[in-house]
Amino acid sequence: MSPAQRPELRPKLKSQLQPQLRDPAWLGRVFGCLATAVVLWPLLVLSEFKPGQLFEPGALKPTLHFLADFFPPKTDADFLAMLARETWRTVAIATAGLVLAMLLAIPLTLLSVRVLSISALSGRMAWLPSVFRQGIRGVLIVLRSVPELVWALLFVRIVGLGPTSGVLAIALTYGGMLGKVYADILESGDAHASQTLLRNGSGRMQAFFYALLPQTAAELTSYTVYRWECAIRSSAVLGFVGAGGLGQQMDASMKMFNGSEVGTMLLVFMLLVWLADNVSAWLRKGLG
Amino acid sequence: MTASTHSPVPQQLPPKLFDARCTACWFMVGVLALVMASFWSLNLQWAQFLSWQALLKMGRFLGELFPPNVEPAFLKKLGLATLETLAMSALGTLLAVVLGLALALPASKSHADDPARWRGLTRLILNALRSIPELVWAAMLLITVGLGPFAGTLALALHTAGVLGRLFAEAIENAPAGPSFALRARGVGEGRVFIYATLPQILPQLLSYTLYRWENNIRAAAVLGVVGAGGLGQMLAYHLGLFQMQDTSSVLLAMLLLVALVDTLSYVSRRLLER
Repeated sequence: MSPAQRPELRPKLKSQLQPQLRDPAWLGRVFGCLATAVVLWPLLVLSEFKPGQLFEPGALKPTLHFLADFFPPKTDADFLAMLARETWRTVAIATAGLVLAMLLAIPLTLLSVRVLSISALSGRMAWLPSVFRQGIRGVLIVLRSVPELVWALLFVRIVGLGPTSGVLAIALTYGGMLGKVYADILESGDAHASQTLLRNGSGRMQAFFYALLPQTAAELTSYTVYRWECAIRSSAVLGFVGAGGLGQQMDASMKMFNGSEVGTMLLVFMLLVWLADNVSAWLRKGLG
Repeated sequence: MTASTHSPVPQQLPPKLFDARCTACWFMVGVLALVMASFWSLNLQWAQFLSWQALLKMGRFLGELFPPNVEPAFLKKLGLATLETLAMSALGTLLAVVLGLALALPASKSHADDPARWRGLTRLILNALRSIPELVWAAMLLITVGLGPFAGTLALALHTAGVLGRLFAEAIENAPAGPSFALRARGVGEGRVFIYATLPQILPQLLSYTLYRWENNIRAAAVLGVVGAGGLGQMLAYHLGLFQMQDTSSVLLAMLLLVALVDTLSYVSRRLLER
């Protein structure tokens, strides 16, 4: 008899000897791994994923040199003064942008909000106001779905380098965001008071100021403060396309491979983000 | 004889200047001062922006955007760039999950007796990763890996790892302690306690955080390219830089479409899941 016909002589697998070690779900696991590999492969190809690049001597040396330059960070008085000025500019761009965004968002919100519709009091809204409100919502969606960086890129073309394009970019994108969320907040409140006022013949503005605003004011302010915090973060980044502020200086220093300047700027940037984070959290806690 | 006749203090004192009631007034004053200072110090070029010439220039600029370039060869390139954007965001998020989880474990105090020696340090690292935006990471990584989507992918991964790591660490700390306590009491090691007790409980939460960040990352990946880190953004910066306005408008439309698609999908899936 050949050994193949005598099963007891075949070497046994470890899992056959010890059934408690056999994985009952191995088929599923193998299939899962293969499926992941199949999905992952095109992603790796498309994103030109070559981790080896990180460790090539040609790439590693300038990187290490750049990183070594981070310490010590540059702390000249002149440089720090310039940095303070640019940091203030970053905050100023965010604040001015957000104010313009509010000026844009508030009228659009009032035009688009459904609770202030008089025809909707009797069941369904008439078709003309309904289409009008949907149109305004559409404008808000378009404003908000173009990222502020793209707006900034376009405005830099039109008005030139400098903070103006940053302010306008933030105003447009954040105007869209604020308008949409303001409308959602106003509509999520209790509509009873405003409906009563409207039914008894008050104007839309009166219904807004005396019924809608008092119950949602805290939430609206809180959201605006939160957006101000986001605007500071994005205005710091907008500088990379030439819209002024901290980002523009950081871009310049990076292009000159000046590690010590970049190190200081990163620290200042983290400090700014941390401060904005805390101020906004504190204000929002105060608002309840 | 009543007590009130003896008390010299009047029932109601007038509010002091820095009274708690006046917080709102002081807040408003502060906000107004900040706003005025901002506008004053920026000296924005309104005159230049709102002048007749500038408006004409803007009109011409907008006119040049039409019609968008729809040649098949260009559309193919555009499709490829869109896929590249999606791949960057997906891979970046995936790497971020791995890195975030690896950092979240030492950054969390999983039970009362856990010494959690590395908690402070890893939290500091996570905060640093998180507070530097993707775009700044991308600009720095360009020095190492050069232009292209790889830099963008790594940038997304690093920033998102900071965000997810913090969320994951909080999820681990807030997971119900019962199952892991039961295993630990029987002498099971920390690694297996995490895999068999903590992870199954927090997996849905981790998944929802990851999907949410992926949605954000698709939007971020679309613009990351303006510093040269691949995807649609790089095409936008390239064609805008060469004043090829019709190509630019196609890229812009593709970007808008991508963002709108992601928004719709996320809205629909949220509605489906909530039902």
